[in-house]
Amino acid sequence: MNDLTLAFGEAFALISGLDARLIEIVVLSLQVSVMAVAIAAIVGLPLGALFAVAHFRGRQAVIVLLNALMGLPPVVVGLSVYLLLSRAGPLGPLGILFTPTAMIIAQVILITPIIAALSRQSIEDAWHEYEEQLRSLGANRLRASVTLLWDTRFSLVTILLAGFGRAAAEVGAVMIVGGNIDGVTRVMTTAIALETSKGDLPLALGLGIILVGLVLTLNAAANLIKEAALRRYG
Amino acid sequence: MLPLVLNAVCYAVNGRAIIERVSVEIGAGPRTIILGPNGAGKSVLMRMCHGLLQPSAGKITWHGGNGNRRGRQSMVFQRPVMLRRSALANVVYGLKLAGFAARECNLRARDVLEAVGLERQADRPARTLSGGEQQRLALARAWALGPEVLFLDEPTANLDPGSTRDVESIIAAIHATGTKIIMSTHNLGQARRLGDEILFLSQGKLVERAPVDAFFKKPATVEAAAFLKEELPWN
Repeated sequence: MNDLTLAFGEAFALISGLDARLIEIVVLSLQVSVMAVAIAAIVGLPLGALFAVAHFRGRQAVIVLLNALMGLPPVVVGLSVYLLLSRAGPLGPLGILFTPTAMIIAQVILITPIIAALSRQSIEDAWHEYEEQLRSLGANRLRASVTLLWDTRFSLVTILLAGFGRAAAEVGAVMIVGGNIDGVTRVMTTAIALETSKGDLPLALGLGIILVGLVLTLNAAANLIKEAALRRYG
Repeated sequence: MLPLVLNAVCYAVNGRAIIERVSVEIGAGPRTIILGPNGAGKSVLMRMCHGLLQPSAGKITWHGGNGNRRGRQSMVFQRPVMLRRSALANVVYGLKLAGFAARECNLRARDVLEAVGLERQADRPARTLSGGEQQRLALARAWALGPEVLFLDEPTANLDPGSTRDVESIIAAIHATGTKIIMSTHNLGQARRLGDEILFLSQGKLVERAPVDAFFKKPATVEAAAFLKEELPWN
């Protein structure tokens, strides 16, 4: 019990003292996950919009697959990216294994399906409401999907934040492809895992508190944005 | 592009007929009211004319035009769908899709908002407008395109009497600028106020076509007589 209190005390000291090691790890985490969300959004949102309005054979199968991909086990993604990027792998010559870039790639693979699948759902709901009106005004499906992306923008922000939460909180994939190298690829989750096994509870706890705080803040922000938008735009 | 000619048009869903062999020619000029009880197929018939639904049999042809279906016709629905942007931007959106130049879009949109009495709401988010204002905005969006034909699907079914009056006077104004009005309703008072001729639809069939006065004075078919009696039981 005493150890625990002590650990918490030290953890708060690290946070309030803006400990250099702690800050470095948090900043790298944010850089990797923000970049991953940005790329996943550029790929996933248009895909979601297209699947929402498109008519093609096998659409149901594609949507089932997309939804299933949301549950991809991170360690399996990590392993696959590892195999691709390892020296003997097809992308080995790039030499990016154990770099932040590799971690971004793994996170993009993890969260693109989430962003695509969730945005497909939101946009398709909107499409049911808008379809006749948009077709009446002469919008083709491509134009309609762009219009719907913009009109559902507040729901999409929530989806992006969910993707970010998943990326930042994930440990298996980035551990495998990043290698958890101190000062290079050590992010919050991998550091927590390592420090806990080393017995450095204060740093692990400090990072854990920041991570939970981050996730809470993001969800609160998502909620506020949506509420404000609803009041403003109906 | 008028007349609009329907030749033995049918529409069926899962083998159930919604519209059965409707043949009619609708010409320029008089305001045409598609009248009939709920479920008669009024909305489906108009959606086919507008091009939102494909007939399962029969043919719909626009004569006198180059067949550019959307170019000169627009439609207002029972429940307006507004985009999450300003009232003005909603009108501009339709104009842009119709191919108007960016500068002209704004001018036209402002003009038409003034014509429907929404100039002060131009910059308000469209979805925060009242139901009546949204329907006037929907009329503005359709009117801005300068349509030769305007379809209206029960445009006042969800509105209170005051808003209904506003919408009716806008429809009259649109007609006065030379636009052909084709409107569905099950409201007899409205049919009388706004219509010149009646197409009476019952159970998917076009049962009767008559000028408004003649139709209300002496319907020629049993179905129409029954409908009038049902709707105006005190007669």
